Formats: sequence, structure tokens, C-alpha cells
Amino acid sequence: MLTSQTNFIIALIFLAIGSIGSLAFRKKDSISNIWGNTFAAAGSAFGLLAAARTLFLNDIFSFSLPSTFPILSFSFKMDYLSAFFVFVISLIALLTSVYGMGYVKHYYRKYDIGSLGFFYNAFIAGMLLVVTANNALFFLIVWEIMTLASYFLVIFERNEPKNIEAGSLYFIMTHIGTAFIILAFLLLYKSTGSFDFEVIKNSAGLISPLTKDIVFVLAFIGFGTKAGIIPFHIWLPSAHPAAPSHVSALMSGVMIKTGIYMFIRIFLDILPNTPLWWGIIMLLVGSISSLLGVLYALSAHDIKKLLAYHSIENIGIILLGLGSTLAFTALGLNSLAIVALIAALFHTLNHAVFKALLFMGAGSVISKTHTRNIEEYGGLIKLMPYTAFFFLIGSMAISALPPFNGFASEWLTFQSLFAGIQSSNMIAEWSFVIAAGSLAFTGGLAAACFVKVFGVTFLARSRSEEASHASESSISLKVSMAILSILTLVFGVLAGTVATSLSKVSESLNTLKGSGVAATIQNLSMTTQNVFASVSMPGILLGLLIIITVTVLIVNFISRKQKEITGITWDCGTKPSPRAEITATGFSRSIVTIFRGILQPTKQTDIEYHDANSRYFPKTRTVNLETTDIYKKYFYSPIHKLIIKVSQYVKKVQSGNVNAYVLYIFIVLIILLISGVIK
Amino acid sequence: MITFFAWIIQIILVPVLSPLFVGIIRKIKARFQNRKGASIFQPYRDLRKLFGKDEVISKDASWIFKYMPFILFGTTLIVGLSLPMFTTFLKTNLTGDFLVVIYLLAFGTFFLALAGIDAGSAFGGFGSSREMTISALAEGGLIFSMLTLAIVAHSTNLNQIAISISSLPLRSFMPIILSFIGFFIALLAETGRFPFDNPATHLELTMIHEAMILEYSGKRLAVIEWAAANKQLIFLALGANLFFPWGIANSLSITAVFAGIIIFLIKLLILSVSIAVLESGMAKYRFFRLPDLLFTSFIISVIAIGIII
Repeated sequence: MLTSQTNFIIALIFLAIGSIGSLAFRKKDSISNIWGNTFAAAGSAFGLLAAARTLFLNDIFSFSLPSTFPILSFSFKMDYLSAFFVFVISLIALLTSVYGMGYVKHYYRKYDIGSLGFFYNAFIAGMLLVVTANNALFFLIVWEIMTLASYFLVIFERNEPKNIEAGSLYFIMTHIGTAFIILAFLLLYKSTGSFDFEVIKNSAGLISPLTKDIVFVLAFIGFGTKAGIIPFHIWLPSAHPAAPSHVSALMSGVMIKTGIYMFIRIFLDILPNTPLWWGIIMLLVGSISSLLGVLYALSAHDIKKLLAYHSIENIGIILLGLGSTLAFTALGLNSLAIVALIAALFHTLNHAVFKALLFMGAGSVISKTHTRNIEEYGGLIKLMPYTAFFFLIGSMAISALPPFNGFASEWLTFQSLFAGIQSSNMIAEWSFVIAAGSLAFTGGLAAACFVKVFGVTFLARSRSEEASHASESSISLKVSMAILSILTLVFGVLAGTVATSLSKVSESLNTLKGSGVAATIQNLSMTTQNVFASVSMPGILLGLLIIITVTVLIVNFISRKQKEITGITWDCGTKPSPRAEITATGFSRSIVTIFRGILQPTKQTDIEYHDANSRYFPKTRTVNLETTDIYKKYFYSPIHKLIIKVSQYVKKVQSGNVNAYVLYIFIVLIILLISGVIK
Repeated sequence: MITFFAWIIQIILVPVLSPLFVGIIRKIKARFQNRKGASIFQPYRDLRKLFGKDEVISKDASWIFKYMPFILFGTTLIVGLSLPMFTTFLKTNLTGDFLVVIYLLAFGTFFLALAGIDAGSAFGGFGSSREMTISALAEGGLIFSMLTLAIVAHSTNLNQIAISISSLPLRSFMPIILSFIGFFIALLAETGRFPFDNPATHLELTMIHEAMILEYSGKRLAVIEWAAANKQLIFLALGANLFFPWGIANSLSITAVFAGIIIFLIKLLILSVSIAVLESGMAKYRFFRLPDLLFTSFIISVIAIGIII
């Protein structure tokens, strides 16, 4: 057996071959596609092996390559936490690569497949390196590789001006985030004199509390921008839909989790003795992100944009777990902190699985109907039965319905929030109440949203010509979706086993070392100091299967003589047409109206008359229903206005007059001289 | 041996009793309206009649429409056997968690709403939209009212909650009563009673549950009606046994079990009467006034939690 380190290096080599090879074969679309995706799949498979060896056979490794620069070293480290994230990234990348082999076909002769393969492989390699880099400068380099590769994937369909716009927004936002990250690393360097994570960790005692707080704020904004927490998320709902669907699956399922990885790495591993308010800030931001994320998702009608908003919601749920962890460590309740961290990690894994599944389902539908607008779908369950079934499983998982995996991690998150409500600190208690409340509403609203998506997309009659001629997708799409669906169920049913493995990851972190005695999680039965809760996921699955089967058999036996006649749907005597069906807008309108304080729906009506003078016979009526983005209105446009205003003032300095410039230089020189003398 | 029989009773109790309580509430309402009303056993006869009818299935419907009734019925059964009914010794660590119960019921609602859209009629779609709106908003109040109890009991296990609350001194019942008010509002919303939904209507402006199942007939309609009755009984049992768990059999003896069943029935009867009285005394609310009521349910439960912590 190869060691974990060898596996990891092989993975990187494969990805490099994949990216260069697909560029080399760019003249021939099909070879380039197969080359790029095969090597991406092989690389991910080796990444998976490396992570599995580290996680299950304790094969931890670290190594560094020499560099010619003085403070930069290419050092890698794969501990349990890195291995967990390498596992998630490789798992999803493996399946998206299989999916990509079939999916990319519909880009043939339209776009450059070679560059897609190049950036796709570079993107996966970038993510693998981000979670294993052990030096801040090296980290920034690979972070940039990941960001730039994903930027080029976002603008891949470059003939659509909207995609270029989305790409630019992503580019700007993510680099503002990177600026904050660089500042945070520089502050750490100033206090500890090193960019090496290991050294920073060992000399973390030198960092003053104030510096730590500033680092927290900077890192929270910087990595939070990548994770897509509200209000730094504006790039996410436009960038994720723009990319090809298998890339969207990677971006939404995995890339935004690198932000979560760095949260855990910095706040729970590198910096010790974190104050309580960090956790509380995270809980509150998580509550806002989850609730607003699902509300915006409800008002979205672009299927991929909707899924992107759900990523924001799920990042919020992960933050609830992570915030509880931080709060518990600050309160000295380390065993509860472990439970909460397991919840956060578990949801990270689960969200990656079901979100990738949903994006693949969406991609399958888009490739057949050529639109992302769900109002133009309908009736696809009969034309694409497999896609519909897999999408249904993903929808159930994301709506936290048992026995799928989403329920297991949300249950654990709920339990840690409940435990937090009983902690003995007033401010913490009420933050936990708010967090639990937002999670409770989020679950219900997510279910409503997925009834909307699934119902409008797959059920009833087709609403457009394209949708009525759709056909089932190719085998590579079906296989990858099937595997993800099975994983959704397996991670749900075997939640106890998964949670036990994750407790090993949690206990390996510096802050939580050797504190996992009081909390036991086995078979998802949780016993902590004074809380007891348990649930058996296999029990739920078996119970549902047995009872539903028995019910079907008994009912069919009782009514065996009765006939089933097929007829048309009753619609008050009229012939049912697609126009009678509920639309996505109509479905979510009541929830949008109820939350009008937040969503601020607008309505524009326009009527065109046959005769403009006698306004009795309208020819066409258009009603335009929209929701306002409050974060744009109250957060980004004031900032935008401020910058413009300041720039106007600054412009006055830059008059274009050379004499004035000479004067400036003279003044600066004098100031420098004076300051030099005074010193 | 007693445990075995107790389990049998536990499993069949919900489906056997649920139509009866539908009948009882209808009967009391009829009396309030100065009508004689049908017998309290009429719902059983309705079920038998429906099982004997042929059914028409829309040609636009998919397998979701065909299997939804069984999924809905199955979830209510599995929830029914996880609850404390007449005893607490049938404590199950498998599915006896209150979050499991809430999310299993949501499982059924999810498919119910999908089936409403499936046939592609104008009625089914808006019924689903309304149902999902109300159940999403009711979830906060539902979870938090039970959370109040879970905090008192230090467990989210329903049987454990019933045991702990029954040994609680009377003076500390203030938050329990508050959270019961929150729960009761959520109960009315989830079981489709006034002021949320009119269980007897067939007018498109007012119906929610009925709109979703308009396309059903025959045996599938029977199964849905039965599942709805089960769900109502489940909520009555939760209200009776979590918030007022006195008289529930804590030990494994025939007398205790017998007394447990009798007291359980009496408590259910009291709750049914109060629902019927409430329904007779008030009108259905306009749809967009319902969120206020549901948020009230949530806030009341938050206050109850605030008293405890």
C-alpha cells in the first residue's frame, strides 16, 4: 500500500497532467474532454485514498519543498482536519468529473473545451492545496490559484454578457476578501515572527488579546467572503449559476467550504483561548445567513441561482454549529464543543453531497431544456424519470427529512443549540435561542422551497415547447447522480458511524484536545453532562420501509376488486392547460408577502390596449414581480456612494497641472525632512 | 407478555381511534349549530365506503401522486408508535425524539404538497402553496413549545419528557402552560382546523388541505382521510401527554395500563371538546392574518423558555 503522502503527490501529478494535457489536445474537443475529466477523476481518486489513509489508518504526514525565497516555504501538512476536507473535496470532484464527461458534450464546438479542462483540473488541485498548505504565504499563492481557476470557469460561457458581469463581481469580491486575509496573516506574522502555521500555533501565546480580536474580524470577513456569509455573499448567487453545472456543484458544494476550513484552522487550532463574543458573532451571522438565504431562495426562479442561495443558507447552518463550538470552548464546556463541531463538520460533508447532487440534477435538466428559468419546465418526471428521482432525493435531504443525511446533521446542530440554551451565561443563552429559532424556521422554509422547485420543474404538465421534448440524460450523468443519491442515504443511515469518525477529527484540534470524554455519540445517541437525546437512523429507514410496504399491500388487498380509471384533471369543466398550473412565482408569493418587511417585493403592471382611447379591451397585460435586495440597498450602495464621493474630492488634487505636482513633491520632502529631524 | 400486548395496543391505537375523534368533534360542532349531526362512528363508515369505490387518476399524474397516500399514512403510523400514549415504559430510543416526530410529519406534508401539484390542476397548486406556507411558519412554534418541555426534562425524548413533567411540582407549571398555548395554536394549524383551515369546505377561496387532495378518489382518498385523522390524534396525544402527563402508566402492570388507557381517552375527549367549542365560536381568519397568529405561538414559547433559563 502506498503511503498517504505518496497518494497525495500522485493526485497532484495526475491533476497537473490532466490540466496540461487538455490544453495540448484543445484542437479536438472530445479527446480534450475525456483526457481532462479522466485525469481529474484519477487525481481525485488518489486524493480520496490519501485522505482515507490519514483518517482511518492515522497516516499523518507533513513535508516541505525548499524554495529560493527567504520566508516562503512550500510546506504541506495533512492532519485529521485537512484529511477530512481533502476527503470531501476529492469525493465530490471524483463524481463531478464522471458527470463532466457526459455533461461537457453539449459545449462541443461552442466553447473551448481545452481551457475548461485546464482550469477545471487546476481548480481541484488548488482546493486540495488550500486545505493542506502549512505556510501562510504558500497558502495565499494556492488560494489565488483556486480563485483564479474558478474565475475562469465562471466566465467559461463567455458569449453571455451576464456571465462576464458575474465573473467580474466574483473577481472583485473575492479579492477584497483576500486583502483582509493578507492583513490577518501580516498581523500574525508581526506578533509571532513567522508565516508558518505550525510556528504561529506554538507561539500563539505571544499574540495580544487585541491583536487576536482584530485577526478574528479580518479573517471572519476575508474567509467569510469566500464562504458566502451574508452580507459578503453578493458574488455567490450570480457566479455559481454562471459556471457549467458540474463546476457549480464543485463551487457550491466544496469551494465555499474552504472558508469554513480556515475558520476552524485559525479559530480552533491556531489561536487558543478564544473569547465568548467570537462565538456569539458567529451564531448571529449564521442565523441571519440561514434565514435570509432561504428567503431569497424562495423568491428566485433561476434554478441554479436558487440552489446558490441555498448554499448561503447551509453555510449559515454550518456557522451555527461552529459558533456553538466557539461559544462552548469559551464557556469551558469542551465536551459540548466537540458535539457542536461534529455537527458543523457533518453538515459540511452532507451539504457537499446533496448540493452537488442537486446541481447535477439541475444541470441535467438545463442541458435538455436550454433554460435556467423554472417557469419554463414542468412535467419532466415523465420524460426524465431518473433525474427526477435523484433530484427528489437531494430535495428531501436538503429539507432535512429523515432518514437522509441532512436530517442527521441538522439534528445534531439542533441538539448542540439546545444544550447551549441551558448554558449558564445570559448573553450566550439568548444567542442560542435566536440561533435555534432561525434554524427551526429555516427547516420549514427550505421544505417549502423544494416543494416549489420539484413541483414546478418535474410535476404536472410541461410549460414550454423545449420542456415537452426533453429526454433523459446520458449514462455518465445518471451514474454520478445515482452514486451521490446513495451516499445521501448512506451518510444518513450510518450517521452514528460518521459522527464517531468526525469526533476523532474534532478531538485532534489544539483547543479541544483530550476533552471528548463526557460526550458520547454512538449510533446518534447523544449523552452529555445533563442532556440525553437519541435517534436511530436505521430504525427510521426500516420503520418507514416496512410500514409503507405493509400499508400498500393491505390497501391493495382490500380494494383489489376496485378499478383504477385514468381520466383528465378536473378543472371546473375547462380543458386543463399548462396555464392553469401554479407557477413558481405564484407558489412562493404568499411567503414573499408574509416576509415583505425583509424581501420588499415590488410589483409593476403594464397593460397594452387594442384601442388606446377606449380602455376596455386590453391586448396584453404584463405583471413584473420582483424582490429588492436589501443588502444591496442598505449596505453596498451606501458604500458605493461614499467611494464615489471621496473620489470626487481626491480628484481635485490631481489637477493635471505640473506646477501643482512639483509643489506636492516639495511639501512631502519638507514633511519628511522635519519628521527626520524631530526623530 | 404484557409488554408485547402493550406494544400491539400502542401500534394499533392511533389508526383505530383516530376516526372516532373526527366523528366526536363533528358531532359536537353539529350540536352547537343546532343540528343533530351524524353518528360519531360515521367516519368509519365513510372509510369503508371509499375503500369500496373505483377511482379516477389523472393522466398527468406521476408515481408521486400514486404513492403519496401510503407515504403519508406510513409516517403517521411510525410517529404514532413513537409517542407516549397510555404508558411511558414503551420508551423508544429509536424514533422517540421530538425532532424526529416533527420532521417525520414534515416528510408526509412534503409529499402531500407535491401530490397537490402533480395533477396539474389550478386548485392543487395553490393548496400546496398555502399548506407549505403555514407548515413552515408553524414549525417554529411547534419546535419551541416542545423545546420548553425538553429543557425542563433535560431530554428531547418524548417519553422521558412525559416522565419528567409528571413529577414536576405544580408551582413550576407556569412556563408549561404558556408553551401549551403556543403548542395549541400550532396544533390548530397543523391539523387544519379553524381559524387556519376549514375542514368542511369545498370553496376554493378558503380551502387548503381539501384543495391538495381534490383529485383523489376511492381507496387513495380513504387512506389520505385516515392519515389526516391519525395526524389529528397524534397532535391531541402530544398535547395531552406531554403538557399534562398525569395518569399515564409509568409501571408495567395490567391495572396501570388499563387506567392509563382510560385516562388517556378522557384527556383526548377534553381536548377534542375544546377544539370543537373553539371552532364553533370563531370564524376562519383571512390567510394573511395567520402568520401573526403563528408568530404569536412562537413568541409565547420563547417567553416560556425565557422564564426557565
